[in-house]
Amino acid sequence: MRFIPTTGAEVAEMLATIGVERISDLFDPIPERFRLNRPLELPPALCEWALIREMEALARANEGVSYASFLGGGAYSHISSVVIDALISRSEFLTAYTPYQPEVSQGTLQAIFEFQGFVCALLDMEVANASVYDAASGLAEACLMADRALKRKARKRIVVSETVHPEYRRVVATYLEHSGIDLELVPMDARGMTDLAALAQAAARGVSGVVVQSPNYLGLVEDLRQARSVADAAGALLVVAISEPVSLGILEPPGSFGADVVVAEGQSFGIPLSFGGPYVGLFATRDKYVRAMPGRIVGATVDREGEPGFVLTLSTREQHIRREKATSNICTNQGLCALAATIYLSLLGKRGLPDLAQRNLSHATWLRRAISALDGFEIAFDGPVFNEFAVRSKRVPVATLLERLEAHRILGGIPLGEDYPHLDDCWLVTATETATRADMERFVNVLDKEGRQ
Amino acid sequence: MTAEPIGTRGLVHREPLLRDISVEGRRGLDLPGGEVAPVDPAEVFPDWALRRAPAGLPEVSEPDVVRHFTRLSQWNYSIDSGMYPLGSCTMKYNPRVNETVARLPGFTGLHPRTPDHLAQGALALMYDLERYLAEITGLDRVTLQPAAGAHGELCGVLMMRAWHVKEHGCPRSKVIVPESAHGTNPASCAIAGYSVVSVKNGPDGIVEPEQVAERMDDDVAGFMVTCPNTLGLFERHIGEIAEIVHAAGGLVYMDGANLNAILGATRPGDLGVDVMHLNLHKTFSTPHGGGGPGSGPVAVRANLAPYLPIPVVVKEGDRYRLDDDLPGTIGKMRSFYGNFAMLVRAYAYIRSLGPEGLKRVAEIAVLNANYLKERLKAHYHLPFDRPCMHELVLTDKFQQAAGVKTLDIAKRLIDYGFHPPTVYFPLVVHGALMIEPTESESKATLDQFVEAMVRIAEECVASPEVLKEAPTKPVRRRLDETRAARRLVLK
Repeated sequence: MRFIPTTGAEVAEMLATIGVERISDLFDPIPERFRLNRPLELPPALCEWALIREMEALARANEGVSYASFLGGGAYSHISSVVIDALISRSEFLTAYTPYQPEVSQGTLQAIFEFQGFVCALLDMEVANASVYDAASGLAEACLMADRALKRKARKRIVVSETVHPEYRRVVATYLEHSGIDLELVPMDARGMTDLAALAQAAARGVSGVVVQSPNYLGLVEDLRQARSVADAAGALLVVAISEPVSLGILEPPGSFGADVVVAEGQSFGIPLSFGGPYVGLFATRDKYVRAMPGRIVGATVDREGEPGFVLTLSTREQHIRREKATSNICTNQGLCALAATIYLSLLGKRGLPDLAQRNLSHATWLRRAISALDGFEIAFDGPVFNEFAVRSKRVPVATLLERLEAHRILGGIPLGEDYPHLDDCWLVTATETATRADMERFVNVLDKEGRQ
Repeated sequence: MTAEPIGTRGLVHREPLLRDISVEGRRGLDLPGGEVAPVDPAEVFPDWALRRAPAGLPEVSEPDVVRHFTRLSQWNYSIDSGMYPLGSCTMKYNPRVNETVARLPGFTGLHPRTPDHLAQGALALMYDLERYLAEITGLDRVTLQPAAGAHGELCGVLMMRAWHVKEHGCPRSKVIVPESAHGTNPASCAIAGYSVVSVKNGPDGIVEPEQVAERMDDDVAGFMVTCPNTLGLFERHIGEIAEIVHAAGGLVYMDGANLNAILGATRPGDLGVDVMHLNLHKTFSTPHGGGGPGSGPVAVRANLAPYLPIPVVVKEGDRYRLDDDLPGTIGKMRSFYGNFAMLVRAYAYIRSLGPEGLKRVAEIAVLNANYLKERLKAHYHLPFDRPCMHELVLTDKFQQAAGVKTLDIAKRLIDYGFHPPTVYFPLVVHGALMIEPTESESKATLDQFVEAMVRIAEECVASPEVLKEAPTKPVRRRLDETRAARRLVLK
């Protein structure tokens, strides 16, 4: 077994030191009746060569990878850099544990410290943690945090806009179900945006948090000024979710609108699609709420010689100290993904992010215009979008249309009917900078042909 | 005892923050060029929505970035550089082939909303991994969705809760948790709406059935146990305890952090466990990455299967699909289906080892821990002198007379070239040093570790000040954690 160094002779020597005859004697603490007296029913061991062949076959069976794709909806195709994999594959980053011993973890700690700074700069927030699992679970944590931060005595409630990513809302519901916090959903209006009047009404009944997403699930930019007013009037925290943070290259960040907690999906920053994970949740708040924030936080300090360095800090909020009174049960974060995002944002830099955002806007605008000119389709909502938008198929059912597109090796987007029954004739189309002109033209041509009847 | 310590000097560089080397006009990534006409954001969005000032990211070149992060990496200790005996963390070798296969473009490029029939490889892998983990745990079904161990705990406790609501019409209100449990256990119970009833470990470090029976009533939803426990001891009364819990209508949850010790030797399902999480980043060799991403699948007995998070992978003929139609589901724990790329690595690990290999993992892990125990117990206080499983717990009791504490011993180990063990945990042992060597370490490395520990014990007597000064060799000396917490500088 190539991963285990110990030889038979060494085993014998070690058993002699221990004073037992057989390795099986070491398992005596396990009562006899519970011993497994047969081999596990698993496929036989493979050498590296054979394993790679099998894995390649599995990877090849994911045929969708080779299709032209207009899928987005919380997971985006973006350009990356080989530098990211080269650096995060370094043993010292890849095979280190959580930085419990700061003297031998300064690399991880400084990188997270820089990550926290980048997240704050990106979102225009005051303080960020070392990351959470993803935006969905991060948003759930944010809702629990809003309740914790306000310590409301009255009935506990959070209002969430229907235009927040459906998966995020489902995760929030799972987390909140037994927390004693009620969850109220506010519908979208005819423009595909949060119904602000309904939001204000719901919030006026007393809430800890008002949750919106911008750009929202339908790609539209929400009016965070109004959302802030609603939260203010209710004395609630404004919680903003972002599934496509590249948009922040051109859109004013939530912090500038006075958001209290911001949760963003960091997948767009150099993290591969990988069938949904691992991704990384960016989590930020204001200084005054830092002690209510979940997750690991890195702070700067000095060593005993006065040299600057970094440590995990504010750990008295955390489960290993506070146990059932902790701000969260989170322990492991998404360290390596946070590192990847840090490297990506370093490479992209202050000028690159707006450039990248503008290319997304340009590609999506091109595609949106081209589709709007087709006979069988209309753009479902008029409002401005960043890199994705909802399209209505006027003649062909969405499921049929997407199947026809697949026959042309095109993944045309995500049907909306399942999450929004009133939009069952619509689907979500995404065009990032990786949607080539040729693919977009082919997509439009096929739509034109297949969407007439 | 004549060999030199493996920790020695090495050249490392100072490295500032990137923002301090930023030069206006530099960039590290060129973007693909103008296939479509550029659109002016000001023509699309209203003025109020436009970003007024670009995010304050650094401006650096590709070589700047490569050198920066390479230098940072050199300040880290890692498994690939040396023994990393963090108790209950299972810092075993992370096979490089796992990295290769997880990076196959057929996996990395797969969008989570790809139609099932075009993602058959990924679904087949998830389906088979679920079956492997079910066989290994002796349970019936597995969800791969949770992103980490604590996330799995929450998922598992929520499933327990859903089962109680269905079976008993109410969730019950309490969960019994031993004092030796990881902090995540009570924290997860709290999020799931349960209060925690603590139970002490008995005099020999094992939870006693009578203690559980005393606390068990029809308002207790379950018993949450780590087995082997955090003292490295097998909970040998677990079968009896499971009967007590089941008789009162409760469920047994097992924290699988220490599953490495029992692979192929016994199965939690056979012990009476109803639900457990696994840490793929511990037992199944996926890298810790400096704190994640992990993966925390949850295995359950068939009676809990109706409450699994959605979607689940089902097989029809030779085709696989994602199924959302599970009316009793607890819902979703995170977006999409889990940390898929970590599942790929764990799958590759199980396929690399096969049944005999996995059993050998447990055997050698247990052998290594017992070997260390025998060799170290003359030099350090061993609170529970009985056969251990994959880890052993020592304390600083013998060294206290010299004014030396566990923390000093840990820091001194760094100078000898080893990562310290887990310290001050479990809380039930004062000044604990929790050592888990894993199966990856050779006898030669274990001997070096023993030698370092023995020398440190000698130093405690001869020159305790050396321990107070430690570590001296890494890039930084002891850091001022109090200052960090009092004068917050977080960016």
